[in-house]
Amino acid sequence: MTAIVAHAAPARWWHSRAVIRFMRHHLALLGIAMITLLVLACAIGPYALPYDSLHIDLRARFAPPLTGNHYLGTDPLGRDLAVRLLMAGRVSLAVGFSAMLLSTLIGTLIGVTAGYRGGWVGAALMRTVDGFLSYPSIFLVLALAATLRPSPAMITVIIAVTSWMETARIVEAEVRSLREREFVQAARMVGLRRSHIMFREILPNAMGPIIVAASLAVARAILLEAYISFLGYGIQPPLPSWGNMLNGAQQYLASAPWLAIIPGAAITMAVTSFNFIGDGLRDALDVRNDHI
Amino acid sequence: MSQPPMEEWHVERQIVDLSKKRGKAKNRRRGSQQDGRTKLEREDVPMASGEPAAAPADVALSVRELSVSLPQGMERAYAIENVSFDLKRGQILCIIGESGSGKSVTANAIMGLLPKVIRVTSGAINLNGTNIVGLAREKLRSLRGRVVSMIFQDPLSALNPLMTVGAQIEEVMVAHDVGTPASRRSRAIDLLIEVGLPDPQLMYHQYPFRLSGGQRQRVMIAMALALEPAILIADEPTTALDVTTQAQILQLIRDIQRRKGMSVMFITHDFGVVAEIADHVVVMEKGHCVEQGSAAQVLKSPGHLYTRRLIAAVPHLTGKDRIPSEAGERASILKVECLAKTYRSGSALFRTQRIVPAVNGVSFDLTSGRTLGVVGESGSGKSSLGRLLIKLMECDGGSILFEGRDIAGLSEAEFRPLRPKIQMIFQDPFASLNPRSTVGQILTVGPVAHGMPYDEACERARELLSHVGLDAGAFERYPHEFSGGQRQRVGIARALMFKPKLLIADEAVSALDVSIQAQILKLLDQIQRETGVSMIFITHDLRVASQICDEIAVMHRGQIVERGPPSQIFLDPKSTYTRELVAAIPGEQPLSMPEHAEYGGHHKGGETL
Repeated sequence: MTAIVAHAAPARWWHSRAVIRFMRHHLALLGIAMITLLVLACAIGPYALPYDSLHIDLRARFAPPLTGNHYLGTDPLGRDLAVRLLMAGRVSLAVGFSAMLLSTLIGTLIGVTAGYRGGWVGAALMRTVDGFLSYPSIFLVLALAATLRPSPAMITVIIAVTSWMETARIVEAEVRSLREREFVQAARMVGLRRSHIMFREILPNAMGPIIVAASLAVARAILLEAYISFLGYGIQPPLPSWGNMLNGAQQYLASAPWLAIIPGAAITMAVTSFNFIGDGLRDALDVRNDHI
Repeated sequence: MSQPPMEEWHVERQIVDLSKKRGKAKNRRRGSQQDGRTKLEREDVPMASGEPAAAPADVALSVRELSVSLPQGMERAYAIENVSFDLKRGQILCIIGESGSGKSVTANAIMGLLPKVIRVTSGAINLNGTNIVGLAREKLRSLRGRVVSMIFQDPLSALNPLMTVGAQIEEVMVAHDVGTPASRRSRAIDLLIEVGLPDPQLMYHQYPFRLSGGQRQRVMIAMALALEPAILIADEPTTALDVTTQAQILQLIRDIQRRKGMSVMFITHDFGVVAEIADHVVVMEKGHCVEQGSAAQVLKSPGHLYTRRLIAAVPHLTGKDRIPSEAGERASILKVECLAKTYRSGSALFRTQRIVPAVNGVSFDLTSGRTLGVVGESGSGKSSLGRLLIKLMECDGGSILFEGRDIAGLSEAEFRPLRPKIQMIFQDPFASLNPRSTVGQILTVGPVAHGMPYDEACERARELLSHVGLDAGAFERYPHEFSGGQRQRVGIARALMFKPKLLIADEAVSALDVSIQAQILKLLDQIQRETGVSMIFITHDLRVASQICDEIAVMHRGQIVERGPPSQIFLDPKSTYTRELVAAIPGEQPLSMPEHAEYGGHHKGGETL
């Protein structure tokens, strides 16, 4: 059965099969809902809460959750945990997103070039990728973070520089198979330049895997930022991030466990949601899965 | 074209019914028989009630008013509607139709292999007197392979790449608990002998990737024959094969059918094949059976308009030369000398290098405004030749003089200004258009890159779209919204955007249905007469080449073995290879006698019957 299953073109983008398949992926929808909630809370929340994130109230130190107006309690300096959590969320999510954008950009550029050029150019680029991959990235991140001044922008760059390889490999493989398709031959036939073919003919066809890789990259970037901040090389106090909140909480683990549990839960929530979205996108964009 | 839900070999596994837990399956089968019967009664009330299952004794398979529904959102509600036909014992029934006519759905319904979303809604399929519609899975399983068996179109994807040929044939018998390991082994070897494979003892241990396409199809046939089924369903078994291999496989199927008195249901889109082997013909169009009758009757005096149109569209060897358009001066536009291309794979360092000469010392010249056909089987180097001429691939030696200038040694940058003069029409209308670009973008991107103002390019694109027979609305739409024939028209329009001097058509009509094929050939002919463009027409189909070419070059193993006008190639072939090729064309008598030339195109395949 070949042509008989040819389907009418979708009238609107939300009628397309990919969207329909994504909407049927319940976990992915849950992920979208949780991320939207988190982002909105981080964006608006700090204005709605009665405290400033740097407001110190030594009389209210170690207040457990739900004391007075401190909905999530206070930290060892008596700062409101809810406000700090949301402010930290701004930093962590921003770092995660920007690191994803940057790493996807680097990975895509290198992947498309390596995949389309092939030959020694491709080989050299892909061996560089292998080189980066063979070095444990967590040590690389720590080494870089220890020597460079750890501002949020710098942390973003460090994370991006150590996590673009996966995107590069995915894109390279995809482009290498697209390169052999006849429409690329046709583009050469009409005399298009190489850069035009690479980025305007081939790249749009490789967007599916790139989007999937990007959604998983956000999750990993958030996690990585939490690692380095937890170890003290990342975002420096007083600027809060989920990672350094955990760092500050470790010595009070027995007396004030909520200090660790709450930022930990935020990290888990963000990372799982992005992973769910990534899974949903992978299933939705996989063309081999073309029956609804 | 949407992807099939499973690899064909996976479906094949279902046919031979590999069941890992056979013991369990057997128990279940016992239990499910009653289960199946009640289910049958429950589901089959509408049509099973009035219709007695008993059919005349000489009918092996009888399909009655079969309808199969498609899920919503497809182009029509039914894949097939009210289809009825009989397959008589010991006969070959051909089901012919174009893509989308529902012929494969019919075959899969009989095998019980329809995907879950496509369901039989009414009708009956009587196999040896049993209605199998709505039959329990386990009962169907025991019928498949034993009573009815199937051969697929693509033998490579229908064979499991990780199992030896022998193991795959034995698997069919294992799945149905037939014989002992030793008897199965000897039977497998007998089958390999029966389907004419050389050195069966060795073949038994081979993996499918080591075999040629024709050999793989023979293995598929051996598998299908393993349990001596009464009915063999062949779904386009020769479509993916070369013409000489096709002739051998058709011969084999006919021999086996005669020897064993088997009934064969043969699905094809090629009237040439029908003329070769059919006893009885069913013509299908858009899910309906429009005509049926004996082969002689349908081929000689088709009743239905659609059948007549289909038969008229089948390309025939004309044996007549094309009348060149009457323009005056004829200059040579392309002169190719000793062109060579060698593929190297593996590494020279480890001495495992394989060297395959794809194009080996090819020379020819082309007069402007004429068409040269390059004909050959797969692997003959004809497509490589096309790509060398348009410099999508660098040649290793020789020269290509285009308008007097040698373009063989030019670098990509030096050649770019010349690209507009040489354009190509690609084979696969589905792969050759960028799925993420609109038709407008596809047409205008090239000219714009060569400096044509965007508005002018758009105007020319719209003009050309209407010229190739598409409406102006096509400009804004994406390739997936078009059918294969329409996409090929877009491909032609793209090649014409530059007003090229030379057009290379690489199997430009091979992926299309015959009626569409005829239209596209007519369009190309018309374009040539209007614009005076020269053409190189690469094809594996001699019949198509004879329709459009002024001169034909036959390629074999990278070399041109014979060159001449169609009349000479078809009526008086000089080389043995050309003679074989011409003789293998299905549905055509070998045109050895010169007087046939006069009847040319009116020569109908039915005469071979």
